[in-house]
Amino acid sequence: MRSRSAPAPLAVSAVAVAALAALPLAYLLIRGIGGGADAWEIVTRGRTAALVGRTVALVAGAPALATAIGVGLAWLVVRTDMPGRRLFGVLAALPLVIPSYVLALAFIAAIGPGGLTGELWGGPGAAWIFGYRGATLALALATYPYVFLLTAAALRRMDPSLEEAARSLGRSRAAAFRQVTLPALRPAIGAGAVLVALYALSDFGVVSLLRYDALTRAIYNQYRSLFDREPAAVLGLVLVVLTTAVLVLEARSRERGRLRRSGAAADRPAELVPLGRWRWPAVAACAAVVAVALVLPVAVLEWWALSAGAELPSEGEVAGWAGNSLLVSLLAALAATAAALPLAALAARRRTAFARSLERVTYAANALPGIVIALSLVFFATRVAEPLYQTLALLVFAYVVRFLPQALAGASGALLRVDPKLEQASRGLGAGPWRTFARVTAPLVAPGLLAGATLVFLSTMKELPATLLLRPIGFDTLATEVWTATGVSAYSEAAAPALLLIVLSAPVVWLLQVRTRGEGAAAEEPPPRE
Amino acid sequence: MKRLLPILLSLLAIGGGLAACGGDDGDKLTVYSGRNEKLIGDLVESFKKDTGVDVEVRYGDSAELAATIAEEGDASPADVFFSQDAGALGAVEQAGLLKALPQATLDKVDARWRDPKGQWVGTSGRSRVIAYSTERVQEGDVPDSVFDLTDPRYKGRIGLAPPNASFQAFVSAMRIDVGDAKTEEWLRGIKANAPKLLENNIQTEEAIARGEIDLGLVNHYYVYELRAERPDFPVANHFLKAGDPGALVNVAGAGILKSADRPREAQRFVDYLLAVQGQQYFADKTFEYPLVDGEAERPDGLPPIEDLQGPDIALGELGGKLKSTLEMLDRVGLSA
Repeated sequence: MRSRSAPAPLAVSAVAVAALAALPLAYLLIRGIGGGADAWEIVTRGRTAALVGRTVALVAGAPALATAIGVGLAWLVVRTDMPGRRLFGVLAALPLVIPSYVLALAFIAAIGPGGLTGELWGGPGAAWIFGYRGATLALALATYPYVFLLTAAALRRMDPSLEEAARSLGRSRAAAFRQVTLPALRPAIGAGAVLVALYALSDFGVVSLLRYDALTRAIYNQYRSLFDREPAAVLGLVLVVLTTAVLVLEARSRERGRLRRSGAAADRPAELVPLGRWRWPAVAACAAVVAVALVLPVAVLEWWALSAGAELPSEGEVAGWAGNSLLVSLLAALAATAAALPLAALAARRRTAFARSLERVTYAANALPGIVIALSLVFFATRVAEPLYQTLALLVFAYVVRFLPQALAGASGALLRVDPKLEQASRGLGAGPWRTFARVTAPLVAPGLLAGATLVFLSTMKELPATLLLRPIGFDTLATEVWTATGVSAYSEAAAPALLLIVLSAPVVWLLQVRTRGEGAAAEEPPPRE
Repeated sequence: MKRLLPILLSLLAIGGGLAACGGDDGDKLTVYSGRNEKLIGDLVESFKKDTGVDVEVRYGDSAELAATIAEEGDASPADVFFSQDAGALGAVEQAGLLKALPQATLDKVDARWRDPKGQWVGTSGRSRVIAYSTERVQEGDVPDSVFDLTDPRYKGRIGLAPPNASFQAFVSAMRIDVGDAKTEEWLRGIKANAPKLLENNIQTEEAIARGEIDLGLVNHYYVYELRAERPDFPVANHFLKAGDPGALVNVAGAGILKSADRPREAQRFVDYLLAVQGQQYFADKTFEYPLVDGEAERPDGLPPIEDLQGPDIALGELGGKLKSTLEMLDRVGLSA
């Protein structure tokens, strides 16, 4: 890793990781092609066009709303004198730990027709939560923390001298924000929006519970009713095409607004913007987001937990589920970070089309529904790696395939910060490669890697579809327990594991936020894809 | 970072160790169950106790488990597939992965509730009913035939779940019973009545309780699950008149895989489900109909299964109709 040209082992391991991450794509192609003309007929159906249209609408709406919320909150928390901004810095990130299906269930129970608010204060309840508006809102509230975290980190390490220069040249604060700050934040916002879009493409819980007929729902129902794996695979490939479109669009828009950091950046925090009489409205806005995305689902879970008929599981059982959840999430975070390193290093050292496409392959797999990832690994494991089938190792591997882009988002930005000259200097002074790595490279990249690992950890804690099919028999986690209980409408029994899931994940988010502040650069943007 | 490295390595070692011991355990009978652990977990425990056979169960969604078994092929660790509905069993059978059950096992249940080719057998029955709101509807106003639901006075008041396997089975049964033309006409009439389209039976029941709709086409036992959680759940079942396609009786059932490592124990498990312990369990705990004559009492408050008399159709016939049924639903705009 010391010269500009990537050494063979790096390229080889990057290709190996990308190839493993592309297994679900290979599976879809095998099944799609194996299905022949009959299976492809589904593409020409009018209904498929309608599904694509609705999916596009969702993938336009959810990231737009999540970006508006995430960027707004990040600016308020990092750059203004809003009261309580440190507290909101942690609270606003916490919805990341709430599984989107739990959020959707809580929405229905709280504000839906005949829901709690109706019961308490009368009124018919919000019928609009079923359909496009509800699904978009739920997905945006479940995922805006991706944008918030990445944007807040970028704001914190932004060179304040740029904005100051614009101001001194007579630009208003608003104009300086639009012309200088926003373009500088573009990569971070774009990376966050892409994670939101991928989530919206692959999520089944929200569209199913809030009755929005998107592609993912159709893929699940194709498996559920016809047991026809071929047309389902073809729909999966349609989803991959949409994902590629999202990635290309994002890369294009990124090119238009590039801004390089000035050579010698002023390494000091920017001056806080005084909000004046807007202070309290700003607090109210932050509080409103936190209330809907965090307090509401937790309150509904509490209410369920306390309601009659709850048969509380024993402490030993709960500890077992929690231990299993923590174990797989930790292993997945480590493995995904390790897997992301060669890809990120290759992309950072070599800005070639080849390195870029390797990265994109891993993103494409991320937008596939969990059931597709699970079935693809069932397919390959039973054929070529049977001893691994239904072991913890394969389950962790599935998580890595699903969540690699999140680790990559952290690792890529981190490695970009490493100036090869520093490593060369270290080697020149007589340090060996290991010592150089431990003393020079590692401290520079650690915050970014930690941020990526944290996102993977949180996603794994709440992952369900792949966990259900690939876990070792009897390996129950908090997420599978929530699924089991809601499967028989036993919401009071679902509440305990769901709450514990949130409680256990919260410190990790807190850690992420504190580290971000301390190191000035935790959640890094991925490298510009020129 | 230096201090982190040993920690990371030891965690990976733990992971590797767990991987080694998590593998396929050939000593145990392996059941893939599409039925929820909360519903049948106790039955599995009593099977263990009564027979001394060690069992491990993979719980999941019936259709997803069927797809999993199909992808696993001969390498499937499963010995028994215990499914929530006949459709998923039919899919595994179509893939050629189930083996014929002994005639003695099959003969325990009526020919209507088992596979004509003898590769799976129904273990408990559930009737299609019209669920209605006890707050807004008198039982006398609930129709006795699904054909009456096209009446304009039900406009905007009905809920159904096209993606649900038991709804699809009911439409297939109607096609066999009254023909395609009449079924399609009925579906168009329902569509004209602006039904609320839901994902599954539970969503349908909840939509009634919330006041979104007054009536829903569902299986009879969900309301009991919901009452266990909420004793005053404001929904009740209305059983349809004999012979009505809407009164179809579906089954949950089980089959044994050709690739089973422990076929003898698998057979014991299936026989246990059909023995008095199993049959009484379904009646008492899951509020379903026992299918084996004289083995168990039916749940309180349910009409006898003989009186239900849905259309006189063997469930095994329905699987072949599924694809064209889904096409018909697509055509009339009630897509799954």
